[in-house]
Amino acid sequence: MTTLLDVADVSKLFPAAGGPGAWARIKRRFVGGPANLPQVHAVDDVSFAIGKGETVGLVGESGCGKSTLVRALTRLIDVSDGTITLGDRELARKTSRVFARDRDRARIQMVFQDAGESVNPRFTAFNAIADPLRRLRKLRGAALEERVSTVARQCGLPAELLSRFPHQLSGGQRARVGIARAVAVEPDLLVLDEPTAALDVSVQVVILQLLQRLKRDLGMSYLFVSHDLSVVRLLCDSVLVMYLGKIVEAGPAAEVFAHPLHPYTQALVAAVPRLHDDAGTQLRLSGEPRSPIDPDPNVCRFYGRCPRGMENCKAAMPALRQFGQRHVACHFAEEFLPRP
Amino acid sequence: MTAAPALSVEKLCVEFRTRSGVVRALDNVSFSVAKGETIALVGESGSGKSVTAYAVMGILDPAGRVTGGRAMLDGLDLLSASERQLADVRGRKMAMIFQNPRTALNPIRQVGRQIADVLIRHGDVTRKAAPAAAIEMLRAVGITDPVRRAKTYPFEMSGGMCQRVMIAIALAAKPSLLIADEPTTGLDVTTQAVIMDLISDLAKKLGMATIFITHDLALAGQRAARIVVMHAGHIVETAPTRDLFVNARHPYTAELIAATPDSATSLDALASIPGSLPDLRRADLPPCRYSERCPRKTERCAQPLPVGPPEAVHTIACWNPLPERAISAPKVNAA
Repeated sequence: MTTLLDVADVSKLFPAAGGPGAWARIKRRFVGGPANLPQVHAVDDVSFAIGKGETVGLVGESGCGKSTLVRALTRLIDVSDGTITLGDRELARKTSRVFARDRDRARIQMVFQDAGESVNPRFTAFNAIADPLRRLRKLRGAALEERVSTVARQCGLPAELLSRFPHQLSGGQRARVGIARAVAVEPDLLVLDEPTAALDVSVQVVILQLLQRLKRDLGMSYLFVSHDLSVVRLLCDSVLVMYLGKIVEAGPAAEVFAHPLHPYTQALVAAVPRLHDDAGTQLRLSGEPRSPIDPDPNVCRFYGRCPRGMENCKAAMPALRQFGQRHVACHFAEEFLPRP
Repeated sequence: MTAAPALSVEKLCVEFRTRSGVVRALDNVSFSVAKGETIALVGESGSGKSVTAYAVMGILDPAGRVTGGRAMLDGLDLLSASERQLADVRGRKMAMIFQNPRTALNPIRQVGRQIADVLIRHGDVTRKAAPAAAIEMLRAVGITDPVRRAKTYPFEMSGGMCQRVMIAIALAAKPSLLIADEPTTGLDVTTQAVIMDLISDLAKKLGMATIFITHDLALAGQRAARIVVMHAGHIVETAPTRDLFVNARHPYTAELIAATPDSATSLDALASIPGSLPDLRRADLPPCRYSERCPRKTERCAQPLPVGPPEAVHTIACWNPLPERAISAPKVNAA
């Protein structure tokens, strides 16, 4: 499989809220003081690749940096460090503002969580789908109308709904508008941020099947961000598990869910409610995640909540190590490896 | 179900008057929950799960009106009780956990005080003893460092912590009935598991009757002894959990189970439910509100829905239910 997107050593830091105020900043400037301001390490040294036609799932709890990572690689925000390569083009060097007018802008598109809130409420469905075509493809008039109606048909959106505003559409129809808008410019990579989180199960099924069909027909790659592991299991070829800005486990989706190696993944998989299963004897995570503000680089991010948590977890940050097709960042990964 | 019901709802009907007509949101909803029992109300959005809870709590929107039925809690009919009586019962005998803890908590009051407020009003705790009692409540819901946390505001806490505070508020006066309306929607699965454990443990400890409202059938199955499935303001099926999953008889329940991602091995195997909820403003609503989407519709479906014997454990509001054991027990997931 040829690589479509290659993300290497990407980090994103934000200045921390609750850092020194204006007075402290002025004092530091003129009087001197600690050089480093506190920073939130939202995404910390993340590397992965997405192949052509592959569907990669990205899972993790809220606040783990999923959205920051996704925003960085759709080039909505700038990275602090690292490279993002799409095909043979390095994208991270241009600022997001400049990249917005780039010819490759159309190649990565995003479907946001709730189309009811991410689509301009004063745009009809037609205009919502036409907007990226006008801006990135410079389509006008009959060609534009033709393209919008083609995409709408592909996404199962009846032509008579195109004149409606978002509030006049049902949740499923809105999700279709959000998807149609993103695939209109024929991207190579579609990033989906929990596209079905706001939908009922019966509608969710239809949207997931639509996504699978579109991928087959249009030959796109997907990065699917979700906290619903049962959906990720069905849709994704491989999966990345994030915890506090780091990727802690990666590998083929079926294997990761069947035999999770990292203790966080184990807790995550155990916490998913199943139809034929009771809650009795399951692994639970206690406590809150560690602070992402200037974390100690020598302590495992999961230390403190981890049911293992040994001395060397405090002494050295576990690196992401490879075991066959899988990658795990845990000192004790070997113990969980399935015996050959 | 030999235990006396803590709450019994009989033939509850609720209407909403809107500009475009009267929405018949609930129609003849009857169920009961025994002391110490946990039941789950399950259905898609718009099925009337939350309206049922709001009607029982007496906190319906002003446009909503209870047009019939009874809801008996400790000999008091909640639906005909005065606002004064209700204010005494709410918090003391029944309490509710709301969906979004961040918006349901008072944003400009320290959480310790919010708990103390309930304790003073309903828990027979003196004003002086209340702060200490509030800290005890925070400790009981598993908040570490409760002394410091009592002085924080909701925005300073994570979603899971806020939900713990809300649980502390709901349980402050040791109610006999707890209604949890999607208590873990918007929380991470790992947090969800911990919060649900907490609710189940406290419910068991206090011997509370719990009504757990959710759209997640798998979660309901894990936590409830009985499941009540709602569709468009009707209860379509009620059954003990295991029975429901293995032997769903109402066509809607069967479709709902088939649409749950967990039950399938591939995306193509997932079945969607055709059609959508009927418009509840229509004057010509059929007696069975599912009939227009139903693959098993017959002529009898135009008649009023069958009423099963009241003592039945497994009730189905359907003229042409799936035969017993028609659905082979879905394979237990290997993953």
